[in-house]
Amino acid sequence: MSFVEYSDCIQDGDVAIVYLSHNSVMPVKVQQGAQTQTRYGVIRHSTDLIGQPYGSKVTCSKGGWVYVLHPTPELWTVALPHRTQILYTTDIATITMMLELKPGSIVCESGTGSGSLSHAILRTIAPTGHLHTVEFHQQRAEKVQEEFAEHRVDHLVTVRNQDVCKDGFGVTGVADAIFLDIPSPWEAVGHAKAAMKRQAGGRLCSFSPCIEQVQRTCQALVDQGFEEINTLEVLLRIHDVRTVSLPLPDFGPDCRSDGVEETSPNYAAVSLKTTTPPREIPGHTGYLTFATKPRT
Amino acid sequence: MADNGDEEYRIQQGDYVVLKRGDIFKAVQIVPKKKIIFEKQWFFLDNAVGNLYSTTFEISSGGILQPQKLKETGNPSDLKEAGTDNRNIVDDGKSQKLTRDDIETLKEQGLKGQEIIQQLIENSSTFRDKTEYAQDKYIKKKKKKYENTVTILKPSCRILAMMYHGREPGKICHLRYDTLAQMLTLANIHAHSKVLVFETCAGLVLGSIMERMGGYGSVIQMYPGGGPVRAGVESFGFPAHFHDTLHEFPICHVNALLAGELDTTAKDPTAEEKLNLAADEEQIQPEAEQQGSPEEQNMETNAAQDQEKIEKEKRREAKAQERKVKLEEKRKKLAAAAALLEGRNADGLVIASRFHPCPVLMTLLKFLAPSRPFVVYSQYKETLIECYTKLKEQGGTVNLRLSDTWLRHYQVLPNRTHPVLLMSGGGGYLLSGTTVAMDQSKPAASQRSEEPAPKRQKDYHRPDREHC
Repeated sequence: MSFVEYSDCIQDGDVAIVYLSHNSVMPVKVQQGAQTQTRYGVIRHSTDLIGQPYGSKVTCSKGGWVYVLHPTPELWTVALPHRTQILYTTDIATITMMLELKPGSIVCESGTGSGSLSHAILRTIAPTGHLHTVEFHQQRAEKVQEEFAEHRVDHLVTVRNQDVCKDGFGVTGVADAIFLDIPSPWEAVGHAKAAMKRQAGGRLCSFSPCIEQVQRTCQALVDQGFEEINTLEVLLRIHDVRTVSLPLPDFGPDCRSDGVEETSPNYAAVSLKTTTPPREIPGHTGYLTFATKPRT
Repeated sequence: MADNGDEEYRIQQGDYVVLKRGDIFKAVQIVPKKKIIFEKQWFFLDNAVGNLYSTTFEISSGGILQPQKLKETGNPSDLKEAGTDNRNIVDDGKSQKLTRDDIETLKEQGLKGQEIIQQLIENSSTFRDKTEYAQDKYIKKKKKKYENTVTILKPSCRILAMMYHGREPGKICHLRYDTLAQMLTLANIHAHSKVLVFETCAGLVLGSIMERMGGYGSVIQMYPGGGPVRAGVESFGFPAHFHDTLHEFPICHVNALLAGELDTTAKDPTAEEKLNLAADEEQIQPEAEQQGSPEEQNMETNAAQDQEKIEKEKRREAKAQERKVKLEEKRKKLAAAAALLEGRNADGLVIASRFHPCPVLMTLLKFLAPSRPFVVYSQYKETLIECYTKLKEQGGTVNLRLSDTWLRHYQVLPNRTHPVLLMSGGGGYLLSGTTVAMDQSKPAASQRSEEPAPKRQKDYHRPDREHC
């Protein structure tokens, strides 16, 4: 198992994702002799997990069952313990494509936060790319480094505990793409430019919840000579598939002009397969500003 | 490392590139002396060779490209004379003194875009009454119309997806680029995996998947009809070795393969030869008739006639040999693809076509290993509702989600920041999920219904950003 390559069977030391139900997944560190509590009962790692194929159904002690899935960055995003607010798959997918990430890309990111986007980037740039990620909070930097090791992706990433606005990303002239998710991204634009490769075509993305931040960032990008500056937002809409039953009204027997009475229809409802939106949806995550670096 | 390692960033002969002006893109190949038409202008790409990608060129007379000098700083309207609002500006269409002919004359005189705009400003009676913002907008509009530049870009999934969506959405089933982005991520496309693709999006989806796999792993394109459509893949300009990872398999053989009855071994060579010979005979008959005019025949000596017979025989054999080689290659490819599929251990499945997705999905899912993602795109929600329902009945999948994305662009300018006026009406729908081990003994009623109960008190208090 690793977050950048599939394997078939669960092994001691793997990180697996236990799927309890829609909207309920949890990460599990697989260990010989260990146990995991779930609402459906206990999962015994040695008998229930180790050696079983990923995707297996596991029956827990209380009789209920769960599925054990191979980790992917998408499942990790939903399961990971939050140390900060994180980026969700919808934004991550857009960022990945708009930054033109692919195997071999060199990427700089700040702030690392809880590592949600980091895992997605690593998956995309493996096996030949590298991620330089900067986090100014010491404990968070340490925690995410631990996770990268557990997830067997640490060879693809360098974590630096520093302030990107003051000290930059720690590399110069190498990055194909930069991602900024910090309170004052305009202060890091100059450092971003320095970290990027000299040739034109490098891509930058800044994620900000507030429009004022976006305005200041766009101004900084213009000042630093960036091109193709573009701000957008993307929102996910889920459609819940439902069967609904709609009752038919009874207007009384149908009286025709020739006086013949027709009996009202004998079915009282119509069944319909449709989708309904959730009651509330996330209406805003943040604005994504993209730009291209010209040749320097 | 000065400019030495720059080759991969330089435009070469034969490269597949993308032309760009503003928001308009066009994919072309660099071919010498070929006239390219883009945005109502024609030019040759010969001069582009040797320049760096992302260079902007000016189109000078004769269709010759010249790299643009450094950005011309300072707007023409450094006049600083501006009005405060439009209460006195009457739009009678008469404020511009230059006529269309005048402008054409200026163009013919070889005036550059910037200079034409300067002329337009000077000849506009209302320009100095406009507010600064209105002047800005006016200049931007004229720039768009009169600047004759083109930028040459290296192709990428992002650029090609935006191009197809803007130019020929019908060819890609109206797949919007952000929807494509979602598909690539939800299907966990990455290097060293084995991905099945069924698409009728001109090869855009296939090419995007190949880009994200970087030449590692394998992609098997399942195709309907006679052959796989891959025009879009060419536009990506992949290095040759990427094509080694690309396989194809005709869906007309899928049922046979699933039943274990597909025979991809070498066929009896003599039987094929006979078929080919018969075909050859038919071809040669009309030839023989043409040559058979008596007067000419008598002129030739017998030796010459024999020589001809030998030549004919040689040609026939050569053709037959060629055909044999081609058929053998085809068979080998089919066998290779079948071998990859037989294990039923593919890592991902992506479907995006004009075909009804339901049968495609239900059949191709069988080739996926457990705990692997799949994504189905459809222009229409109803087809995915059907897929969802069938999957629920059958079991073997979890985390099913029917979704679409809402995309909005913003204009960000000081004191003029707002969403852009026009917005995409829709980008298609996605059904995504993960396979799991198929339940051998399926209970009559599943343990938990996946449909949330109609009334849930919990939701009211949910502060998180996103439900998953």
